[in-house]
Amino acid sequence: MYSSSILSIKKFGWGFLTSSTWDPFSEVFGALPMIYGTLVSSLLGLIIAIPLGLGVAVFLSELAPSWLEKPLSFLTELLAGIPSVIYGLWGIFVLVPWLRDSVEPFLQNEFPNSPFFQGAPYGFGMLAAAIILSIMVLPIISSISRDVLKSVPNSQREAAYALGATKWEVTKIVLSYAKSGLLGAIILGLGRAIGETMAVTMVIGNRPQISTSLLAPGYTMASVLANEFTEATSDLYLNSLIELALVLFVITIIINIFARLLVWSTERKWKLSPM
Amino acid sequence: MEIKSNVKNITFYRRKTTNIVMLSFSFLAALITLLPLIFIFYYTISKGIANLNVNFFTKLPTPVGESGGGMVNAIIGTLILIAIGGGIGIPVGIFTGTYLSEFGHNKFGFVVRFLTDVLSGIPSIVVGVVAYTLVVVPMKHFSAAAGGVALAILMIPTITRTTEEMIKLVPQSYREAGLALGIPKWKTTLLIVLKTAWKGIATGVLLGLSRAAGETAPLLFTALDNRFWSTNIFQPIASLTVYIYQYASAPYKDWNDQAWTAALVLILLISLLSLIFRIITRSKYKTTN
Repeated sequence: MYSSSILSIKKFGWGFLTSSTWDPFSEVFGALPMIYGTLVSSLLGLIIAIPLGLGVAVFLSELAPSWLEKPLSFLTELLAGIPSVIYGLWGIFVLVPWLRDSVEPFLQNEFPNSPFFQGAPYGFGMLAAAIILSIMVLPIISSISRDVLKSVPNSQREAAYALGATKWEVTKIVLSYAKSGLLGAIILGLGRAIGETMAVTMVIGNRPQISTSLLAPGYTMASVLANEFTEATSDLYLNSLIELALVLFVITIIINIFARLLVWSTERKWKLSPM
Repeated sequence: MEIKSNVKNITFYRRKTTNIVMLSFSFLAALITLLPLIFIFYYTISKGIANLNVNFFTKLPTPVGESGGGMVNAIIGTLILIAIGGGIGIPVGIFTGTYLSEFGHNKFGFVVRFLTDVLSGIPSIVVGVVAYTLVVVPMKHFSAAAGGVALAILMIPTITRTTEEMIKLVPQSYREAGLALGIPKWKTTLLIVLKTAWKGIATGVLLGLSRAAGETAPLLFTALDNRFWSTNIFQPIASLTVYIYQYASAPYKDWNDQAWTAALVLILLISLLSLIFRIITRSKYKTTN
């Protein structure tokens, strides 16, 4: 991949990562709007997905009776098995009209001066992408966190109960015991969100711009590739796209290695603990 | 005295309320998570069923405005792509998994295991770019084979990990018995260990295949798309997922409706795979009982 993107690396250097012009006609390529769009949509998606995902994990591992736990875990895993293009389809025809007609006008009425809710409510945009991403990341965060929580030794819970703690206080102790494993689960979710292509491409609006408004269309690295790869006419254009894929690849590799190491290190901690 | 017990009461109730609030939040989170699942299934079935007829499974797509077209080429295309992907991915995945579990207790095995884990986290669109540079560029045109290679790369981590886990479950005494009878190690692995674990491995394979069936991103610039009937693996080929993407983004109402039907067919196809998966796992328990 490096060798295939050599043309654009030579031409733009580090400017590729910091320039915000993406203009195929005059052959000037800067990836900043896409990097920005990728990070913002993924982080927003995570902000929605983290409390829900952890809530589900706590419910499954600490609260649910076993007859409920099995089918519920199966259903959340089913959510992970739906092809992303079907999420996108649902996003275009159900989520986007709903956002356009009810949610976004409501937000604009409630917060008329907030910089996050400016511009015409298209429906397509950052907000739609973030919501779709949060739905897609939820099953990953919840199923990995559930496994992590389940492997916390029971003596921890028993000790807390023995001190008269309420169920939530016990859960808090379990959560803090499993901290780094949970962080690993979240980061794996982030990795998935950053690389997600189809669903995001279909709802984000696909315009290479940087805007603070969540209602404005944006662009992500993965969706540029999906949209423009087959249309790339010149070598330089194609090389720039491949360099973009390289950037995406490096980012996700770093995130994944970091997350795996975290999950591994906590698992090893439990194996060594005298349980 | 009284004040003190009051304070005690307040903390007690505060703790009680926090307890109830947080636990109900957790319950609520579980409910909210299930909502999108219900929504997606509801819309896919209710909107997709309208166009689900014999034409859809027998006819080629028609130009915009003409009704009665089907997606038979895309259905066959998806099956061909899965077959190519499986043809490459299944053997590689199973052999890697076997290696890791039987011979991989060294530094090299550790590195391979770590790399497989990392490979499973690579975005599918990046895998598409890799397949593009590896297959499409040397061949100079898009082809079903390139799409199959991309799908194979996506399948390998799943199959490798399940194979490894399943083979680990085979009791050590089986291996020892084989070796004690003077059977060479490779034969023991192939004829005893793999044979014992094959049902578990098959579920891993099906899991990998059904994931691959739902992939779109890596096919966009490897298998591309084809409006016509094609089974030539060195030519571009249509697939259900790419059609869903194109038909959903198009501004024509009858195309949009067909996208929903294609989504329904895709879900049915994947459910069929996981049904086979369920039957295999069930018969496994029956034989052990």
